[in-house]
Amino acid sequence: MSNALLSAKALTCIREERILFDQLSIDIMPGDLIQIEGPNGAGKTSLLRILAGLSRPYDGDVQYAGRSIERERGPYYENLLYLGHLVGVKDELSAQENLEFNLQLHGEQCPDIEQALANVKLSGFEDALASHLSAGQNRRIALARLWQTSAKIWILDEPFTAIDKGGINEIEHLFLKHIDNGGAVVFTSHQDLVIGRERLKRITLDYNFY
Amino acid sequence: MTNSISYSQTFFNVLLRDLKVAIRNKGDVLNPLVFFVIVITLFPLAIGSDPQVLTRIAPGVIWVAALLSALLSLERLFKNDHSDGSLEQMLLSPQPLFIMVLAKVIAHWLLTGIPIIVIAPLLAVLLHLEQDAYGALMLTLLLGTPVLSFIGAIGVALTVGIRKGGVLLSLLVLPLYIPVLIFATGAIETAALGMPYNGHLAIIAALLVGTLTLTPFAIGAALRVSTN
Repeated sequence: MSNALLSAKALTCIREERILFDQLSIDIMPGDLIQIEGPNGAGKTSLLRILAGLSRPYDGDVQYAGRSIERERGPYYENLLYLGHLVGVKDELSAQENLEFNLQLHGEQCPDIEQALANVKLSGFEDALASHLSAGQNRRIALARLWQTSAKIWILDEPFTAIDKGGINEIEHLFLKHIDNGGAVVFTSHQDLVIGRERLKRITLDYNFY
Repeated sequence: MTNSISYSQTFFNVLLRDLKVAIRNKGDVLNPLVFFVIVITLFPLAIGSDPQVLTRIAPGVIWVAALLSALLSLERLFKNDHSDGSLEQMLLSPQPLFIMVLAKVIAHWLLTGIPIIVIAPLLAVLLHLEQDAYGALMLTLLLGTPVLSFIGAIGVALTVGIRKGGVLLSLLVLPLYIPVLIFATGAIETAALGMPYNGHLAIIAALLVGTLTLTPFAIGAALRVSTN
């Protein structure tokens, strides 16, 4: 219990008069690879947003290092990397400017930005505006942070959308490396992981009618 | 590794990014300025070119136009960041939110307030503003337009999650602009009569200091509520 990176206690989430989940408790331990599953509208994104502190649960609490994240956001956010449906890449900035800004925003240093972009197969596109790149490339700009971050907790909402097979494979390898180093990954995806399946924990949210 | 960058570093990162984005999106910057110019040039055409009438209405017209053009430009402040997810990333940054918000609002003022201040004396000529009132016009705009940006930002932060928040925004924000409007036009009219207008300026300056120090926290809290 005490060494959980992040623990959610008795979360209840209500949207449009429907209970998405009720009294849900999760402990996220170092080395966890957790896939949240469920049909559309089951509350996967809501759960991730609550875990990241972007939304407030109807009831319950999310705790980092034994303290509610609403009280003390700073230390938690130093250790969190969250990527939502919208990845926060600005059309008007180039790939390099986007990555640099996103890294600086989270206090992450990056000595070699070109290498960071090369990791996600964007070498040669450093100065291309994000609006001129494809949807997959835009997501890759955001995902490039995964290689640079020192955050232990990764919360990723549909990270594989618009990413090609090779890219998915690399990200899966990165997940395994991250959890081997004592990190934790919580993600949603409608597709199954190809590698690391034996280490995967699943949380299934049902589409309930109460 | 983490948290090794200072507050001022964060401030300038966000400020420079916002300026860069705006400059590459020229329409957004020019639109409020063009609106300001057009509104003011329409008045002499509609009312007639009687210098005495124009002198009388000049302070009010310039300030109302500045106010409406500020309102027009406000939506840009957080809307784009909200729709591409960069606002979420800012909310999740370990840096304090009020620093980033302050940087964003100041960037907004640099892009919309400064051009208005620069062009206002030219348009004042068009409206036959009293000779003695130019100083007061410039000073009130210099102190008053940042107040418009700061107060407006609270409204934008509250309505950013709403798809058609424009009407609600003007309902929320315009009443709060009234004190600035009253004291600014009051100062210009007092100056035109050749009387000291320090009192009016002091009140606008007080509004500026109050909004500069307090609104970033309110804006931050409003952003957390509206992304909920």
